[in-house]
Order: sequence, then C-alpha cells, then structure tokens
Amino acid sequence: MPKRQPISSLVNSLKEKKISVHELFDQFHKVAKENKNNSYNLVLDPDYQKSNIEASQERYSAGTNLPLDGIPLGIKDLFCTKGITTTASSKILSNFIPQYESFVTQQLLNDGAIFIGKNNCDEFAMGSSNETSHFGPVVNPWQNKNNPSEKLVPGGSSGGSAAAVAEGSCVASMGTDTGGSIRQPASLCGLVGLKPTFGSCSRWGIVAFASSLDQAGPITNCVEDAAYILNSISKHDFNDSTSSNYQRDDYIKDIDKKLDHKIKIGIPSDYLKNVTPEITAQIENTKKSLAGHDIEFIDVAFETTDYALSTYYIIAPAEASSNLARYDGIRYGVREEGSNLDDIYLNSRTSGFGDEVTRRILIGTYVLSAGYYDAYYRQAQKVRRLIKDDFQRVFQEVDFILTPTTPNEAFKIGEKLDPIAMYMNDVFTVPTSLAGLPGISLPSGLSSNGLPLGVQIIGNYFEEKKLLQLSNLIEKELSFNE
Amino acid sequence: MSNNWEMVIGLEVHAQLKTTSKLFSSSPNLFGSEPNENVNFIDSGMPGMLPVLNWACIEKAIKTGFALNFTINKHSVFERKNYFYPDLPQGYQISQFEFPILSEGYLDIDQPDGSTKKIRIERAHLEQDAGKSIHDIDPKFSFIDLNRVGTPLLEIVSYPDLSSAEDVVNYMSSLRQTLMYIDVCDGNMQEGSLRADVNLSVRKPGGELGTRCEIKNLNSFKFIRQAIEFEFQRQIEVLEAGESVEQNTMLFDTNTGETRPMRSKEFSHDYRYFPDPDLLPVNLTDEQINQIKPSMEELPHEKMNRYINEYKIDKDISKIIIAEKENTVLFEQMINESDVAPKNIASCLVGDIFAFIKEKNTEVLSLLEFTKDITDLLKLISEDVISNKAGKEILPQVLEGKGKPNELVKKMGLEQVSDTSELEKIIDEALVGEEENIAKFQGGSDRVLGYFVGKCLKSTKGKGNPKLINKILLEKLKIINGKSLIFENCDKINDK
Repeated sequence: MPKRQPISSLVNSLKEKKISVHELFDQFHKVAKENKNNSYNLVLDPDYQKSNIEASQERYSAGTNLPLDGIPLGIKDLFCTKGITTTASSKILSNFIPQYESFVTQQLLNDGAIFIGKNNCDEFAMGSSNETSHFGPVVNPWQNKNNPSEKLVPGGSSGGSAAAVAEGSCVASMGTDTGGSIRQPASLCGLVGLKPTFGSCSRWGIVAFASSLDQAGPITNCVEDAAYILNSISKHDFNDSTSSNYQRDDYIKDIDKKLDHKIKIGIPSDYLKNVTPEITAQIENTKKSLAGHDIEFIDVAFETTDYALSTYYIIAPAEASSNLARYDGIRYGVREEGSNLDDIYLNSRTSGFGDEVTRRILIGTYVLSAGYYDAYYRQAQKVRRLIKDDFQRVFQEVDFILTPTTPNEAFKIGEKLDPIAMYMNDVFTVPTSLAGLPGISLPSGLSSNGLPLGVQIIGNYFEEKKLLQLSNLIEKELSFNE
Repeated sequence: MSNNWEMVIGLEVHAQLKTTSKLFSSSPNLFGSEPNENVNFIDSGMPGMLPVLNWACIEKAIKTGFALNFTINKHSVFERKNYFYPDLPQGYQISQFEFPILSEGYLDIDQPDGSTKKIRIERAHLEQDAGKSIHDIDPKFSFIDLNRVGTPLLEIVSYPDLSSAEDVVNYMSSLRQTLMYIDVCDGNMQEGSLRADVNLSVRKPGGELGTRCEIKNLNSFKFIRQAIEFEFQRQIEVLEAGESVEQNTMLFDTNTGETRPMRSKEFSHDYRYFPDPDLLPVNLTDEQINQIKPSMEELPHEKMNRYINEYKIDKDISKIIIAEKENTVLFEQMINESDVAPKNIASCLVGDIFAFIKEKNTEVLSLLEFTKDITDLLKLISEDVISNKAGKEILPQVLEGKGKPNELVKKMGLEQVSDTSELEKIIDEALVGEEENIAKFQGGSDRVLGYFVGKCLKSTKGKGNPKLINKILLEKLKIINGKSLIFENCDKINDK
C-alpha cells in the first residue's frame, strides 16, 4: 500500500494552495466512484458537494480554515445524514432518507470535512466480515500474495469504511464499534482504528445496534489522523443521556511528546493461549520496537476473558432485538403488504432483515423472555460487571494493555459459514467493549501471506490522550523497524 | 343474589402529568392539537433517536410521593416494555418495572359513616403513554395519531383494599383531587388525563381471594361504577353456576354498560422488560428530594383545616369549597383582595356564585377577573348600602362583567334608604291605625313585627334598609320581659 498523506499535511497543501479543495475531492471521488471493492452504498458526486467545496475553498482563501476543512471523509452508512439515504446496509431501510444529521457527522461538517459517500457495512452493523450487507460484501483491497485472485473480507462491521481508506477513496472514515467493528476491520486492512471510551462520542443519530456498547470512532491511515478526528467528534451531547460531560483534551497537542515517566504495559497471557505464532509475533514485534523507551512490560492475567464472548452475544442481541423493533414497515422503510396488521409486520420484517440480523433478533428475544431472563440476560449483566472489575484490577498494576486485535488475518469471502466461527473474530475486542474502555488497533506487521495484522492497545476510561500518545510512538518505532 | 358475596378491588390509575413537554422528548404535552402535530423524531421512533429524561416528571413524582405518603426511592430504573403496535413507534414503552420511583404509600378515604378508611398503595411508577389508533374513519385503513406518544404517565397501583364501587369512586376522586391540588395532573377524565384499570374478584366474606379480572381503561366515574356493578354480578353468576372465574382482561362497552373479555391475542404478551440502555438509572439525593418539599402546594385536608380554624368556616361549607381546587383559587383570591369576612365570602360562593356557574355552565376560573367586584358587592351589603336581596339581584350582572357593583346599584336603583329621619317618618305613618296589631304585640305575637317591617318596606318600594327599619321600630316599641312589646302611647293609656 502506498504511503498516504496525513490530514495535517493535506491541510497544509490546501493552505499553501498546492492543491484546491475541489482537486482534492476529485482525486478521492474518482476512486470512490469506481467502487471496485463495493465499499460504498452511495457516493456523493462533486455537484452535490459543490457548495461545501466552494465554502471550504473560500475559508482557505480567507485564511479562516477549520480543523478538517476540505478533507474528504467516508461515513459508515449507519450514521444518519440529513437528506442523504441512510440504509444501515439493510433492505428494510433501503429507501430511508433522514431529516436530521447525526451528532458526530454534524461535528465533522462543522469542522469543514466533506463527505465522499456512505460506506457499506454489515447489516445493522451485525457481522465481522461485511458479508451480511444487503448491498453485497465489501472486498479487502489487500491481496494474499500467495493467492492474489482470492477475494478477501475487509472485516466488519465497518468493512466499507476500512476498505475505503485502504483503497484511497477517502482520507479517513467514520466507523462504529460495538464489539470490535472499528478495530477488527482496521486491523485486517492495515489501518488505525480507534474505539473511544463509551460516552465519549454521542450516539444521537447513529442507527442503534446495541445501545450500551455502540460507539463511533475513526478509521485512519495514521494515529495523528485519528487524533484529528477525535478532536472533532468527542463532545458532550445533551441529547444522548449516556454522553459523558468530562473535560476533553486536545488530542493533537503533544501527540509527539516524549514519555516523561516510566509506563507499564500489561500483556495478558490468556489472550495468547490459542493463537498462531504469527499472532504472537505481533506482540513480540511491538515489544521489541519499544525497547529503547522507559516502558516496562508486565505479564497480566484476566479471570473473565473466557466468558466475554458469550456475555457479549447475549447482551448485544438482547438490546438489538428491542432496538430493531421500530423497523416494522409502518412509518418509514420498506413495507410488505399483508391482509392484516400481523401479516404486515411479519412480511415486512421477514423480507426486510437478512439472516444474521434475524438470528440476533431471535437470540435477543429468547434471552429476554420470561423464564430465561435470569439465566441469560441477568447473568450476562453480572458477568459484564465482573469483566469491568477485572480490567480495573489489572489497571491498578499497568497503564495500558497490549493484545492482538484479531486471532487471524483477512479471510476469504464466503469462507466462514458457521456463525460461531465468525463470532470468534471478535474474541479480543469484545472484552474492551463490554467494559466500555477505549481501544485502538495499530498495524503491527504482515503475515506470511503478506496480509496486515494489528495489535490492540487498551487504555483506562477517558485516557484517549495518553493512548494516542503511546500509539503514535509505537507507530513511529514500528515503521522505523520496517 | 349478591348477598353472600363481597368484592375485592385493586386499582391501577394512570395519571397524565401536567408538564410542558413529554417524558423523554421536547415535544409539547398538549391535548386537542391537530393529529400528529406534537410529534418529533424521538416520538415517531426514527432511527438513532434517543430519549432524554424530562426532570420535571421526576419532580412531579416526588411531589406525589409526599402527598400520598410514599417512600420515595432514591434509585429507580427505566426499563423497556417490548410489544408491537402501530401507535407504539419505538416498538417498546419506556416504563419502570423492578425499581419504581415510589413504593408503599396510602390514601385515606371518607366512609359514609363519617369515619375514614386507609387505602394502601403498592407503588407508583413513571412511564410513557402510547399514541392513538383510529379504526373508524375508513373501512380499510386505520389511522394513527402520535400526539399522545411519550406523554408522561404516573401509574399508581393500589392494594386490593377497596370493597365497593363507592369505595372505588371515593378513592379515585380523592386521588384526583390530591393530584390536582399538587399540580401533578389536570384531572380531566374526559380527555383521558386520568384513567383507571379495575382489578376485581369476588369472595365469600372472610374467605380466600377469588380469581381476578382486569377491566381496562375506564375514564369516568359513571363508567367505573357501571363496570364494577356489571362485573361483580357476572362473576357471581359464574360462581353460582358452579363454574370458576377465568383470569381475564376485560373491556367495558360504554354503550351497553357490559364488560367482555378481550381476545387473548390482545393481551397475552411477554413484554421482555429490561433496563433501557439509552437511559441512566435515576439516582436521587436526600437534598434533591427534600428541596421539593417547600414548594409543595397545600393538600386538600390541610386546606380544609385551615379554612375551619383560620377563617372560621363551617366544616360542611369548607368541604364543598375544597372539593375542586379551582374553587379554592377563586375563594382565596377573594379573601386576599378584601377585608370582607371570609364567612360571608364562603356562603356567597357556595350559594349564589355556584348557582350562577351551574346555570350558565361557566368555568369557575373564568370568574377570577371579577373577584374584586364580588367582594365590593359583599362589602356594600355588609355596610348596609344595599340589601341582601338587592345584592342577589346585582351579583349575576357582576359575574357577567356588566359593570361595577356601585354603578349597577345606581343603575338598577337598588340603593337602600338609610336616612333615619326619613325612615322614622315612614314608620310613624305605618303605625297609624294599627292599634289592634299593637295590642297583639302586647299579647306576644312576633309575627306582627314582621308585618310592620313588611309594611314599611312596601312603602319604600323595597329600598328601605330592613335592619334600620327593624332597629327604629324596636326603639319605638319597648321591650318588656323579652316578648311583650308595648307601644309608647299605650303605656300612657294603661297608666290611666
């Protein structure tokens, strides 16, 4: 993959008039329009964005440019965008045009960003390979060097967002992460993917999957870009009751600052129990790259990791089964007619939802049902609390936790037919989500097939600033080693 | 037939909270708007929309907690009650289930024998109202009005401590009165601001509780009474026929006055309650709870005690006034604006003013603009400027805003003749040739005094001040031994 220009240098080029906003947009739009990896459900053309492009150019001319002015971004098709079809990659919303702009995308617009289009994703963000989309799978721009004709998954659910950045059709993109949906595709596409602390970015206007887990975040070429986007999107929002009103840092400032004190990074042995040597090597590489710094690596062990995946696959579907009840074909979305009300519901939802979504609605309905609630949902909530406590215990010893992001490299489209095998993709990202902690995936090396692999760094609540500083350091050291 | 049976009733009352906006959205909480006028993206269940708790609803709940002797829970949780219906756009109703905001309260209701009965209340919780489905506009289509979606409700669940339709009506009206007093609910049952679900079972006195049926959504005292009587008889008939009552949800048909079971499909839900992950639990501090207390309005029984003790108003009249909060608003404004004796204001209110309201079918509060005129009028009476009778004549004009009392007195020529010398002249004339009647006084006949007063009034064409006439008459007559009245001139005659 070619080395990409970071946002900061693009902004400089625009300032110095080396390139115009229009030219920059065209350059990315040209790639997006081809849509050869199916990473977009909808591409916005320069005509549609004309006034935004012109306004941005005027600000540059007047020297009043905004932090993300003129930067072309891809937006996961889960963010409601005013006047622009928002489908969640589902048939049931395939005709839905929101009359409102999500909080997060509004912040990006306020900072001058220009949207290239709506990125394909797993249907309602349910999937780990972007194969559940109603609009077909996304293809990973990376190729297996030993088998170049194989079409690989980009990961999911923000697969289109990751593929779009990797293929060079946008500078950066917005994803959402419920159990790993930003970090896992970022890892499989060789990119940086940040899931902020739950409560950092407002969920208002994002099509809900699992409310207690969903969190927006960027997929970028480099750590600094992630900091730029986080600066824009992390704000308190009164309209999201779970949005935190803590004082945000400036994530760009001091991102290059040298460590001024010793830090401790925990490596959980239980994450490395059943992984391939190639995955273990990612952790070793990262450790080695940091050898010259005042960093201590400590072996830590979690007591709850083995329960995280099953806990997640109770809580997330339970919330989803309720969140998706509003898609009934009555007020908006696709309706299939029927002879009575129940038939309209049945026909609309049967035809409107794909298999994976249907499966999760059924699981969720089951675990909340009378007689099963205590055994499943309530129990899962208890385990979730233990997982949170487990992390806090470990964070008393260490500042960060280093794990692999995924147990494997990108796999072939259509290869994983068993849902459980697919769910295993999230085994390293799900515990962080359940605990609500921030996690970032960084490219750490290539597999023997020449495919990207990543590591995940987990920080404590709202410590995105330190997390980005450390990530920036690792990024520099790892590329220095290349 | 019902001699050997008694009914056991518990009530679930849904009170719509009197707030500016809805429970979880900023749409107006208004009745009577055009369909779907008060609906925003949250109410209509648009993708990605999130609820934000309207704190005013928590304050209303806390007030209710104080008024109905509840334990106010510092920790309460909003949960989702999941079911599909077109007037429920989210596909779930946000309600409180495991952790309600209020637990274990009670309300005392009056019994016919003058005693009170304590009705225990199990819990009260906050929840969203649903929209309205309209099925009778079109033969093929149903219509949905989402205006009511998300309206805040407080569901107040009593223990089965009620044992007659009378009890239920007393409980419900006392509850309504209290909620209106503390400004929690407007109490308008016709508009659905207050609705009741009645849980009724029958048993032999002292026997084990029977199987209950729930009659849904009753919104008038008349219907509550009818539904209870019908359902009571129905269950007795079932039992006396040797069958058993099936636990059921019933609908009350307002046309026939009968209850009928709902189709099981209409109520057999597994609601799959779980805590709403879009909302935080409500955690209240003692401080937050206690700071509501000073702003609490006076409760009905507190008001009544004050009227009796401070204003020296009869208990019966006080009771009539406090029955509706709006009466007390009108009453207290009149007291605050004038120095007329509260007792006089009270009797005018429950007498002539209420009669006027009834006759003209007008709103109590619409008279607020005339309170000064009313008390001015009462003052004219108490200062003997006009007679009581003239006052009664003028009052309706005042209440219709036809003029100020003193103008009306002049215009209608109702000013009393209170000139003593003029009255003395009239009285002297009246007594001429009345020796026979004067003799009757001597015999102790009271009625004759009335006759004299009447005669004097007649010659003043009703404008003579009756009190003054009386006084002068008595001066002219001497009171002896309490009853015997002797004319001055007669004394002289007798002396001879």
